[in-house]
Amino acid sequence: MATAKEDAPPTTSKVREVRDAKTRTVQDAQGSSLIGRTVTINRPRAELYAYWRDFARLPTFMDNVQQVDVLSPKLSHWVVKAPGGRTVEWDARITEEKDGELIAWASTEDADVPNSGRIEFRDAGDRGTIVTATIVYDPPAGLVGKVIAKMLQREPAIQARRDLRRFKQLMETGEVATSSRTRAQLEEEKA
Amino acid sequence: MRALTWHGKHDVRVDTVDDPEILKPRDAIIKITSTAICGSDLHLYDGFIPTMKAGDILGHEFMGEVVETGPKSTLQKGQRVVVPFTIACGSCYHCGKHQYSACDNGNPADNQDIGMELYGQPMSGLFGYSHLTGGYAGGQAEYVRVPFSDVGPIVVPDGLSDDEVLFLSDILPTGWQAAENADIEPGDTVAVWGCGPVGLFAVQSAFLMGAARVIAIDHFPRRLELARKFGAETINFEESKTYEALMEMTGGIGPDAVIDAVGLEAHGFFVDNVVDQIKASLMLGTDRIHSIRQAIVACRKGGRVSMPAVYGGIVDKFPLGAFMEKGLTLKTGQTSVQHYMPGLLNAIVEGKIDTTFLISHRMSLEDAPKGYKMFHDNQNEVTKVVLKPGFDAGTAIAAE
Repeated sequence: MATAKEDAPPTTSKVREVRDAKTRTVQDAQGSSLIGRTVTINRPRAELYAYWRDFARLPTFMDNVQQVDVLSPKLSHWVVKAPGGRTVEWDARITEEKDGELIAWASTEDADVPNSGRIEFRDAGDRGTIVTATIVYDPPAGLVGKVIAKMLQREPAIQARRDLRRFKQLMETGEVATSSRTRAQLEEEKA
Repeated sequence: MRALTWHGKHDVRVDTVDDPEILKPRDAIIKITSTAICGSDLHLYDGFIPTMKAGDILGHEFMGEVVETGPKSTLQKGQRVVVPFTIACGSCYHCGKHQYSACDNGNPADNQDIGMELYGQPMSGLFGYSHLTGGYAGGQAEYVRVPFSDVGPIVVPDGLSDDEVLFLSDILPTGWQAAENADIEPGDTVAVWGCGPVGLFAVQSAFLMGAARVIAIDHFPRRLELARKFGAETINFEESKTYEALMEMTGGIGPDAVIDAVGLEAHGFFVDNVVDQIKASLMLGTDRIHSIRQAIVACRKGGRVSMPAVYGGIVDKFPLGAFMEKGLTLKTGQTSVQHYMPGLLNAIVEGKIDTTFLISHRMSLEDAPKGYKMFHDNQNEVTKVVLKPGFDAGTAIAAE
């Protein structure tokens, strides 16, 4: 591992080797693009963990995830919106979990968009819980696909940031905030 | 319903749009009875605020009657409420500290990206004030959807008229917070730049907080006259040199605290301001900041600077040297309206604060575009326009 002379998280490093070293710590890493994103949520750790662990509920705050079917305690099937009105699908396997602390997953070998990552929950005293998502993935169709996805706001880094905010909203306020005025606008926003 | 919509610089129209609906459990729908045009609406009218879209409904000072509630709203149909312009959830860390305008959750997740880029962290949502602050439809309309209605709106006692309480929505708490941010000590001399509604409420608030003298600065004679009515001394910056006058009036010391209630459209023909105007028109800089510069230079050594004025972007020629060398303190921010509403409603009930003096014009919602133009073109006579959706078009009542 590259020598760290500072305390900044490796996901924020400008040095490729430092980021790659972090990528290798994700079990069964599926890909080479690394995202790290942290949010503090004013709710108890156990409550946040329990909500997240029920994967079928993830589409309530992950806007680009259409559906998650839980196939077995370790295996789930994901249907995700992709650029151009298409969807991509894959199976994901839980590679590690510690009750109330972390969940790690990796897509299985035949995934359309290979991806893997972990979500960690740490106590933050009277501020609630610090939630950190680390995601490793291969963008669809390489760099060009990544640029197109970014233009269409389906880029995983943008999605991760927004999904974590929506998770925070849902957990702290009981609802995901919207500025829509009518049901029709709300449907359009989700499409 | 009918609503005042933005279509571009100096182009606002009353359009027919779909009625708002309950979309989330904590929502309420309010039927608007009174809604005011704010000085900061003129920033939108003049095209200074980015991220506006054609068709956006304006208005962030409004009140009305509860007509529909979501299952988790604590309001009841028929209640009269004033709605704060800041949309806050009441349950995040910042709301817990009563920093409602810094609410983590009031701004939809996708819109928070812009605030993140511009300011480092996104701020709360605001009604009717661009997509940077959430893209929420405003209250210059017949109806409005109010999210988190269990936290924001305050129920008004029957005995009080709309005119007496409407300004709890923004400008009264904003003027009060401006004075509070000046950390006024008994016997202080406080200088206030700008005698618009916020400046005038800051004058009243400063006296209530123990200021011995308040010096109000503007160039509109009618506004200076209103400031004088509340006991302020005045400086007309077109007739006198502001810095020199302040120094002479404070025995060569400078004011103990200064309040900038002007903001990004500072008027006046000063060299630095003209440079700002040229830059703004070339999109090189968005904010014209003469008033805050002058306030910092005039403030006494070790004094306090309060900045309720709205600034949106990046500025240069900020007198950082004067600020540092004199050891000044600056406090600012969008108003945490929810924090101040109960206390200020009490002050109105007890007759300690009067807000009705401000209203110069009342007119129908249908005449709102005319109201914008009047307010924009004649800030001497027009101190506040209140729109009444219940009025017939063409009904206009000027203040006695």
